[in-house]
Amino acid sequence: MAKRFFMKLYVALVVIFLYAPIAVLIVLSFNASKSRAKWGGFTTDWYTRLFSNAGIMDAFKNTIIIALISAVVATILGTAASIGMNRMKRLPKTVMLGITNIPMLNADIVTGISLMLLFIAFKIGLGFKAVLISHITFNIPYVILSVMPKLRQTSRARYEAALDLGAKPAYAFFKVVLPDIMPGVISGFILAFTMSIDDFIITYFTRGTQVDTLSTKIYSEVRKGIKPEMYALSTLLFVTVLVLLVIVNRRNAYLEEKQKKKI
Amino acid sequence: MKNRNKMPLLAAPYGVWSVAFIVIPLIMILYYGFTSKADGSFTFENIALIAKSDNLKALGLSVVLSLISTVICLLIAYPLALILKALKFKGSSFLIMIIILPMWMNSLLRTIAWQNILENTGILNNILTFFGLPKAHIINTNKAIIIGMVYDFLPFMILPINNVIQKIDDDVINAARDLGANYFQTIIRVILPLSLPGVISGITMVFVPALTTFVISTILGGSKILLIGNVIEQYFQYIYNWNAGSGLSLVLMVFIFISMALVNKYDKEDEVSAAF
Repeated sequence: MAKRFFMKLYVALVVIFLYAPIAVLIVLSFNASKSRAKWGGFTTDWYTRLFSNAGIMDAFKNTIIIALISAVVATILGTAASIGMNRMKRLPKTVMLGITNIPMLNADIVTGISLMLLFIAFKIGLGFKAVLISHITFNIPYVILSVMPKLRQTSRARYEAALDLGAKPAYAFFKVVLPDIMPGVISGFILAFTMSIDDFIITYFTRGTQVDTLSTKIYSEVRKGIKPEMYALSTLLFVTVLVLLVIVNRRNAYLEEKQKKKI
Repeated sequence: MKNRNKMPLLAAPYGVWSVAFIVIPLIMILYYGFTSKADGSFTFENIALIAKSDNLKALGLSVVLSLISTVICLLIAYPLALILKALKFKGSSFLIMIIILPMWMNSLLRTIAWQNILENTGILNNILTFFGLPKAHIINTNKAIIIGMVYDFLPFMILPINNVIQKIDDDVINAARDLGANYFQTIIRVILPLSLPGVISGITMVFVPALTTFVISTILGGSKILLIGNVIEQYFQYIYNWNAGSGLSLVLMVFIFISMALVNKYDKEDEVSAAF
């Protein structure tokens, strides 16, 4: 019994370590004092002022738009690439998977710098477009690595059976292959979206001077002090994701229960 | 039959994309790294910059701090994964979600929050004083940077290790126990070898970003402590010497290539990376 207690204590300590800074940020979002170091009483002012802070709202809009577009494009390109690679001969497949591994294993600073050099050398220029292309580039590998294992589990015979029964390839794909790999596609999309939202380094090197995302805005404020509205916004984001996760979790548990009852 | 052979073509758009935005950019770094800023001629002087004492010191410090952080992450994550398996906790997927969830709060902000905790008049020191303990001076030292690295990259150690350990068949462990192995022998002789791919993957996923960070040192190290990432950032964003910055990046890539080689050696089925 004691052993079980210590095991649970260990898990609890790790969770506390992971959540301590988040608790600090949530407390700061209600701090009436503008300074990070002093507690000036409770206020919800930052939450109302947040919406009239054009700089933060603009950065927020950019962050969401870039994350959404890059995740959608990466999911489409990555899923198509996975299906293609799955049918490739050994050598080209190994080469492509090797290239796919590069952005995942490479340091963000090197990826960011390499893209920056490319955009300047080929006159694409830095800014929104450059950031978007970069995010798509580092997102595709996450999609591929989520979809590939699912593809390996699905049987090729079902797709071929659909073709033999007269389905056009596209129809067979949407009716037979896609439903099978859908969980991988969805988790790839969510992963890509998350990575894009949280990215700082690659955005920092490719954004030029005009475009700000939440990350780059925070970094530029590190020395002069973070605007408390930023704490409010990140608290709102965090709570939103938390609520969504709890709902999804409950729903999954509910669906599982239902499934069990049927059997 | 014709249509079936066309399937690999689906990978073509990504193939073009990856050449344009993964392969060519790396060639650009090679090009800048080996050419002189003054006249564009071939040179080794950018690479040689690493031998300058300040840069060498920064690289050395980066290697030491990131190694320490990687070891600490491993020491936290491995027992956690074993415990999660032993507890046979029903909501283990929920627990993994709890570990991923912090990533949804901006990582820069979470690192800044550590300033509040570690400052001389911060939360930690208030707690220490409350219990009558002496104050700890952590902020703007190497210790603060290590804490920041461990904090930021711990999930990347937990997830792949947990992933392989949960997949180990209970029967394999029970068989080892039945054959007379005690708990520690089972861990060292059975679980550890089976979990090696996850451990390797976790080590590289912590070591590489820790080695190359400039954010954590900027936020938690004051402006006094320079890591190799800070040096490269300065060459690009303040000194505008891209050739020098590229040269130093190439030196960093040597470490990254070693990591990639390690991963490829152990990660044959690329299932581990699929945890992400």
